[in-house]
Amino acid sequence: MKYLTEFRDGKLASKLAEQIRRSVTRRWTIMEVCGGQTHSLIRHGIDQILAESVELIHGPGCPVCVTPIELIDRALAIAALPEVTLCSFGDMLRVPGSATDLFAVKSRGADVRVVYSPLDALRLAREQPARQVVFFGVGFETTAPANAMAIVQAKRLGLRNFSMLVSHVLVPPAIEAIAASPTNRVQAFLAAGHVCTVMGIEQYLPLAQRYRLPIVIAGFEPLDLLEAIRRAVVQLEAGRAEVENAYARVVEPRGNRTAQAMLAEVFEPTDRTWRGIGMIPQSGWRLRPAYRDFDAEYRFAVGAIRSTESPLCKSGEVLQGLLKPHQCPAFGQQCTPRTPLGATMVSSEGACAAYFNYGRLVQLGTPPATASTAATAATASAATNPRSSEVAKVTGVGR
Amino acid sequence: MCLAVPGQVQSIEEVDGTRMGKVNFGGIVKEVCLAYVPDLQVGDYTIVHVGFALSKIDEATAQQTLRTFAELGLLDEELATEPEEVPDEVSH
Amino acid sequence: MSELNWANWTCPLPLRDYPQIVLGHGGGGKLSAELVEHLFLPAFGNDTLARLSDAALLHAPPGRLAMTTDSFVVRPLFFPGGCIGDLAVNGTVNDLAVSGAEPLALSVSFILEEGLPLAQLGQIVQAMAEAARAAGVPIVTGDTKVVERGHGDGCYITTTGLGVVGPGVDLGPDRARPGDAVVLSGSIGDHGVAILSVREGLEFETVITSDTAALNGLTTLMLRACPRIRAMRDPTRGGLAATLNELATRSGVGIVIDEDAVPVDAPVRGACELLGLDPLLVANEGKLVAVVPAADAPGLVAAMRTHPLGERACIIGTVTEQWPGLVVVRTALGGQRVVTLPVGEQLPRIC
Repeated sequence: MKYLTEFRDGKLASKLAEQIRRSVTRRWTIMEVCGGQTHSLIRHGIDQILAESVELIHGPGCPVCVTPIELIDRALAIAALPEVTLCSFGDMLRVPGSATDLFAVKSRGADVRVVYSPLDALRLAREQPARQVVFFGVGFETTAPANAMAIVQAKRLGLRNFSMLVSHVLVPPAIEAIAASPTNRVQAFLAAGHVCTVMGIEQYLPLAQRYRLPIVIAGFEPLDLLEAIRRAVVQLEAGRAEVENAYARVVEPRGNRTAQAMLAEVFEPTDRTWRGIGMIPQSGWRLRPAYRDFDAEYRFAVGAIRSTESPLCKSGEVLQGLLKPHQCPAFGQQCTPRTPLGATMVSSEGACAAYFNYGRLVQLGTPPATASTAATAATASAATNPRSSEVAKVTGVGR
Repeated sequence: MCLAVPGQVQSIEEVDGTRMGKVNFGGIVKEVCLAYVPDLQVGDYTIVHVGFALSKIDEATAQQTLRTFAELGLLDEELATEPEEVPDEVSH
Repeated sequence: MSELNWANWTCPLPLRDYPQIVLGHGGGGKLSAELVEHLFLPAFGNDTLARLSDAALLHAPPGRLAMTTDSFVVRPLFFPGGCIGDLAVNGTVNDLAVSGAEPLALSVSFILEEGLPLAQLGQIVQAMAEAARAAGVPIVTGDTKVVERGHGDGCYITTTGLGVVGPGVDLGPDRARPGDAVVLSGSIGDHGVAILSVREGLEFETVITSDTAALNGLTTLMLRACPRIRAMRDPTRGGLAATLNELATRSGVGIVIDEDAVPVDAPVRGACELLGLDPLLVANEGKLVAVVPAADAPGLVAAMRTHPLGERACIIGTVTEQWPGLVVVRTALGGQRVVTLPVGEQLPRIC
């Protein structure tokens, strides 16, 4: 696939990795904010390849993971209403609410559908005027333009049976919350390339200056990520703290003005609670009063929602980069993809799921260019239950 | 933060007042909303997220980036010196 | 598999009187008999079936009897490259074939929903007949029941197959040994993506066709070329990942495969990228995996490539004593990751 395959070239990746290795004088700590980047880093084993030079901390960039549990519970309550068809992205289906999840509610008879785009939900509403179609609008700034367009079209068409449950979260406030935290270990950030495609890069300049942190806009393919890390390392070694665009083939510094105009028309900033982290001021978007008619939170009175998290779940610490998934006591034990305690184990971009599904193996006797040379033995013990494919314990690379 | 995939615009049409297009992703064609990238033309490459085009891919920059990667380290392999810093990309 | 051909399917009298399946078609009376006489018999056309006895009598050649059964509940009933009918025939023939058995005969059991258009049943039956003929395996007995409207998805099919495993053939999922090679017969992901491509909400305009096919011709050739094959499996639900995990677990070994060595057709890869699916987890219906001593692998691959269903046969990995029970993929970047069984149905990843 053009503009995809070329950026996965193994030889070029090795070269970039070698460049990084040769330019570090110490090990640096870098955080990628976007869940798609987390997924790509672990899937391609980039964290393994760079383990000696860079510690990669996985940030709260998975919108599925940070959707507040109250909103999940609200979505579940709405989905249970007989007249409702709830449409959602696939990832949300298994995210645990306080008591259940959308997949279980669907199997008990609720009309829950997986869609690829909010336009599919809109089409459903037009085709089935007797149903109340609710779209679960979760995502960062990348997804917001799509949701905005769906709302605007719904209004233009005068649809009475379409509404959206909105849970948009914003990246710059999250970066600020992490950078400002007294326990912060992150020395440089990889910003989310597709978020910046929409919003541009200007919002990151004051952050880089105020907190003296390099911020490199990064893409998602292995070469894009390695190049962004390389640039971050160059800045760190030189003591610089600037915003750099390493995804210039897609990202323009001003972003997508047409999309931004639509976002300003439909959404307004609001305080938002990030699951596992807490309230970050002005870190979310909600529908403006002019579009309140399409806000599912107002349309459906589902009563008071009382939510409880699992006391064992440490997603919050994982999302802030304070804990690696395999360091959580519940990892692989009470908490597995089949029996997730928190969203980070369910979402395909959640750090816990990535660590579990892609299993972290430490190779013995591999050349210094790959994996860790720390004297940790591979303890990938075979599953005690021969029918289960679950990896009981794998040692993480990266301390 | 999300899954966005590059594809090539094959055709463009107005549907209900919205600019839509058929985009080819390595052989698989899907209908995509082009409203957010009004200067996209047939033959251009674009990044698509949940059925919406978000940006036109600058092909010259893409090729330049790949060339830069390919040339990385070549000079010092020849001269056996320390790696030179790669010049920053010119963003369009 | 031939294209669906509505125009050429002519509805035989007196079935024309009933354009849809009604409860009576499963009742064992006149309507049932008409269905058998005017639809099933002509389509499946063989002497054993024509006797219409309660049990089909077969002559079994010497050897061990192999028996397998499967139910097919695929939605939609018709998809690019096939339908529930040939899927059922090929699926059951393949289970016999990868066990090293020469398929002898098939039985078919229909559960039909009241209201199913007869034309659709006719197409399904025609597809089954053609698949059975192509595989060289007769359908010798069957049953039909009808359930009330709303109690079924149009058509469910259960097929049972009988076959014979000759002397000297000893395949089993527990027989993989460290050092063995893992061989794949062709590209993966076609069937699962073909199904997804016509499901509601995920439509593409490029037609990706299912790879449903009977593999018994290929397996016969393979066993002749390489009698030392240890195991064969067809990676259906759960894809290549599920099959390799089963082999690794049952044999108590690790399996390492090279990501780049696994063939994936470009449109299939495009669809997987778009939907966030891993091709390793997507179902196939006309492919197989074989584990064979390393020295025999090149010869086996060469033999497979002479067969239309093995043209893209290749070695994709090795069996190792490291990481027993795990399947590991080596990425193009030299990284490694574990491939686990998905939890339930793979949901398209979106964001």
